[in-house]
Amino acid sequence: MSDKRLTFKKRLHILKHHYRDKKMAPAFNAIHTFLFSPDDTTHSGAHVRGADDLKRTMNMVIMALIPVLLFSMFNAGYQYYAAIDVANNVSREFSLWENFLTWDNFWIGIIKVLPLVVVSYGVGLLVEFIFAIIKGHEVEEGYLVTGMLVPLIVPIDTPLWMLAVAVVFGVVIGKEVFGGTGMNILNPALTIRAFLFFAYPTWMSGDKVWVYQAVERTGTPDAISGETVLGALAQNHLAELNYSVSDMFFGFIPGSVGETSTFLILLGGLFLIYTKIASWRIMVSAVIGSLVMGYIFNLVVDLGVISEASNFYGLMSFEYWKHLLVGGLAFGIVYMATDPVTGSQTNNGKWIYGFFIGFMSVMIRVFNPAYPEGVFLAILLMNVFAPTIDHYVVKANINKRLKRFKNATILPKDSDSRAEELKAETI
Amino acid sequence: MALLSKKDANLIKDPLADNNPITIQVLGICSALAITAELKASVVMAVSVLFVLGMGNVAISLLRNIIPSKIRIIVQLIVVATLVIIVDQVLKAFAYELSKTLSVFVGLIITNCIIMGRFEAFALGNGPWRSFLDGIGNALGYGIILVIVGFFRELLGSGTLFGFPVLGNPIDKTGLYAFGYENNGFMIIPPAALIVVGIIIWVQRSRNKALIEDN
Repeated sequence: MSDKRLTFKKRLHILKHHYRDKKMAPAFNAIHTFLFSPDDTTHSGAHVRGADDLKRTMNMVIMALIPVLLFSMFNAGYQYYAAIDVANNVSREFSLWENFLTWDNFWIGIIKVLPLVVVSYGVGLLVEFIFAIIKGHEVEEGYLVTGMLVPLIVPIDTPLWMLAVAVVFGVVIGKEVFGGTGMNILNPALTIRAFLFFAYPTWMSGDKVWVYQAVERTGTPDAISGETVLGALAQNHLAELNYSVSDMFFGFIPGSVGETSTFLILLGGLFLIYTKIASWRIMVSAVIGSLVMGYIFNLVVDLGVISEASNFYGLMSFEYWKHLLVGGLAFGIVYMATDPVTGSQTNNGKWIYGFFIGFMSVMIRVFNPAYPEGVFLAILLMNVFAPTIDHYVVKANINKRLKRFKNATILPKDSDSRAEELKAETI
Repeated sequence: MALLSKKDANLIKDPLADNNPITIQVLGICSALAITAELKASVVMAVSVLFVLGMGNVAISLLRNIIPSKIRIIVQLIVVATLVIIVDQVLKAFAYELSKTLSVFVGLIITNCIIMGRFEAFALGNGPWRSFLDGIGNALGYGIILVIVGFFRELLGSGTLFGFPVLGNPIDKTGLYAFGYENNGFMIIPPAALIVVGIIIWVQRSRNKALIEDN
């Protein structure tokens, strides 16, 4: 550490004391602690407590998201050029170095994905700053992760002003009205997505929004299309699906900005489990839940109850394990369902909570073609139920222990050999 | 001489702000959520409730000494049902389209908690003139919230006010729509009304801290 940096830090400290008790203090402190670690740790909110403070925890999640973000920037360009080739009837062979990791692709990522990130952080942090100054508390770090998640779960062509409106709504209604970070019932990033989905459905679903410029080119001779796998399945366009399983797994498919690469999401998930930031119970049970539901649907198809003309046939006959590879299910399970604030807190509760997220995501996918992606609705629904699940898990535990207490052998007070035996047995 | 004594004036003023039936007493929420997607429907609903509550309060107040207390709810229901049927028939005769929009909610004025609440809480114990003022005041308090919610929902959800396009034409892309603005479909669905009412409650209580209940 050089002398210069120390003096800079010192100056910041002096400034901090200078601004103490002023109205602007929270805004200043937020910038200060963004660069340098504060001398205190998280002391409020319903968070899991650890030796490391909230900002460090959030930075871990951000680190797990960076590969996904970089991949999405390349994929944005790749999908764009692939769609143009399809429109021009040019056949295209996938090659990682020649037509995926190229500057052309990355450039489209820079002009389309980076603005989403900038708007998300800019607007979200502005709202946080305003609220911190009004309420007179420190700026909460809660938006760090949300701000990174939001651009990854929207379609690439989402107009920036819509994103800004949705972020204001999500942060204010989804979080600040409940008391800020740690107090929110619903996951703010998903609140933002839900708002976008219901407010501007034409920009959030269909076969045009997933590829750069597809909307602008509609109706022109250069029209391109990029239907997601789920979108095609929901409309029984089975013949149009020419993505291989490895395309789906590594993420070379159209979709929301960051949701496509199951492979990188898996790596991010393993990283989060390794660093003990996210709950492996929720992830595993959500995967089990989605597999169970998908398998049930496959069985129904095998029984021949559903005809091929049925609206549900496309998604019902989709092999159960492939549900995890397409759409936002994997992304939702790893980064959204495991949110420590809105998820279940008890270990048994986490199993139930996760299972139903997976179970219902696939159910919504299949049964409601208007919502080809059900994972955000499933997680929001389970967010609402998480406290109820915890309540019953805690109550069940109390009952279990009460029962054990009633059946327990009362130890005799004098220490004869029988009592020693009983004691050993009971303990 | 003032038209109303200070005490009487408060009967009208209180429900408009610090004792608002919707935002403070949280009554009559269902209709506030259901029919406020358009400003026109909100206004008609507000006027209907104004009529029913004003007249009903007077009727109950006049009858208050002869209603046996055991069957007072039934008598109140008859009074309110009669008035609601009058409103319903008038709407059907002169504003058929609008009565279609409001559908069952005109009939459901009968179950609007504000009306039975005012009958029970005020008209049964006060004279006709004061009951009338109380009814008008509460109906206005209800109506003003409906109009505010309806204003925002129609403006943001459909880009119109009373059916007039004020933000431009979304199909021809004129006005704001030329800049890429789009109507917010979320404002059309009833949950949006809940959120708008919630924001009104929030603003009102942060302006007047005395309204915040401590529990």
